[in-house]
Amino acid sequence: MTAAARAAECDVRVAIVDDNLSLGGQIWRRATDGSMPDSVRWTERLRAAKVTELCGLRVFHQPQVGILLAEGVDDIHELRYDKLIMATGARERFLPFPGWTLPNVMGAGGLQAMVKSGLPVHGKRVVVAGTGPLLLAVAAYLREHGAELLRICDQASRSSLARFGVALLRQPGKMVQGLRLKKALAGVPFATNSWPVAAQGEQVLESVTISREGTSETIACDYLACGFHLVPATELPSLLGCEIENGYVRVDDFQRTTLPEVFCAGEPTGIGGIELALVEGQIAGLAAGGRADEARSLFGERKKRRAFAQALDRAFQLRTELQRLASPETIVCRCEDVPYSRLSQCSSWRAAKLQTRCGMGPCQGRVCGPATQFLFNWNPDSVRPPIFPVRLESFAVTAGVSEPVYQEVTGGHG
Amino acid sequence: MSNLLTVTVNGVAVEVASQATVAVAVVLAGQACRTSVSGQARGPVCGMGICFECRVIIDGKPHCRSCQILCEPGMEVRTDG
Repeated sequence: MTAAARAAECDVRVAIVDDNLSLGGQIWRRATDGSMPDSVRWTERLRAAKVTELCGLRVFHQPQVGILLAEGVDDIHELRYDKLIMATGARERFLPFPGWTLPNVMGAGGLQAMVKSGLPVHGKRVVVAGTGPLLLAVAAYLREHGAELLRICDQASRSSLARFGVALLRQPGKMVQGLRLKKALAGVPFATNSWPVAAQGEQVLESVTISREGTSETIACDYLACGFHLVPATELPSLLGCEIENGYVRVDDFQRTTLPEVFCAGEPTGIGGIELALVEGQIAGLAAGGRADEARSLFGERKKRRAFAQALDRAFQLRTELQRLASPETIVCRCEDVPYSRLSQCSSWRAAKLQTRCGMGPCQGRVCGPATQFLFNWNPDSVRPPIFPVRLESFAVTAGVSEPVYQEVTGGHG
Repeated sequence: MSNLLTVTVNGVAVEVASQATVAVAVVLAGQACRTSVSGQARGPVCGMGICFECRVIIDGKPHCRSCQILCEPGMEVRTDG
């Protein structure tokens, strides 16, 4: 959103595309309760600059340079661009353990998204587990909405988290956030060196067993919100041919990828949280809009925010014990129900795909990819279109058999 | 102030807040969204449209990611269980 607003303010025609029902990606998702003033400010700025808003569209293919195909609910859109800024965000990393496929075991961000989408949690017993700062933010959010927080468990060590806390204090605004979280979570048991070992239940989740420094404890609960930090969404950049380095999109100082007209900002260039994403977005928007000097003026802020990204990386490394949580029968690929035992016999991601169908289901490796990368040290394959499952009609458009909707981008700063 | 609306999940009426997603309606109905290839009950996981565990049939249309779709009055939701 910051990229779109800034670019449009450079007097160019800008459209913004979001897969979701409204703008804001995951963090600003339907933030109508006034809790996110930045979201309001940038939405107003984007609208004042007359950015064309295209929601509910899923980009799945680039048939030729400068043209993207996106699927909507009932139609296919062809989006033509001179310059492209990608801010495809991140998703949670899920790791398998016995019982993780039970209904009501969700991601940490996943349960929060469901509550934001209307799921009532008042009086429901919740355990939050996994790793990363998202756990605390989610726990506080759920508690504010009436959930009974039984436990928060982070697999990180006490010393890692203490070091992270120190790094946080160096970031403007973070100390206030930190204190607010501490207050919001007063009285909720928080354990480090702790992770889920198994979830139990007949048809739905009924309890979860948590390991903590050698001992186990089984806790009856209604929801388990479990996610192991974030991984970047690099499918679209990969598809376009941008260079990916160590799993992240390689960009220069102006957030330009290795493709000259394509920029990338936010989590795909490095997991660093929202403040970093906001400034990277602005730099990309200004650079794409031709205002390099204004972009340069934000380099200092970006550098400061990047320190936070590095601190995040260090603090929430996954411990090796998590590689041994899955039993041989534990499903690792949820789409195709491939168990750990079958995958452990495969030598690579590609071999696993061919022999077991792992990664070939609807999620196209978005869930099992990061998991198997951690479990077996596999590197994912190259990406092929469509990068999302699409309707057959979309293939017809790709083949030139039927016509898409042509989206005209109007606007620009008046 | 949110209004309420009613959808049906496997023939049973479920009341949800307006602006609630279909995934919420299915969870409130106590139903699993789908059955996996080996017969396991599954529900929403990622909440953001990438895991595809929340797929249901909406007004006859299959493979709808229910966490990405808002409920509308009178919608008929079926799970494949």
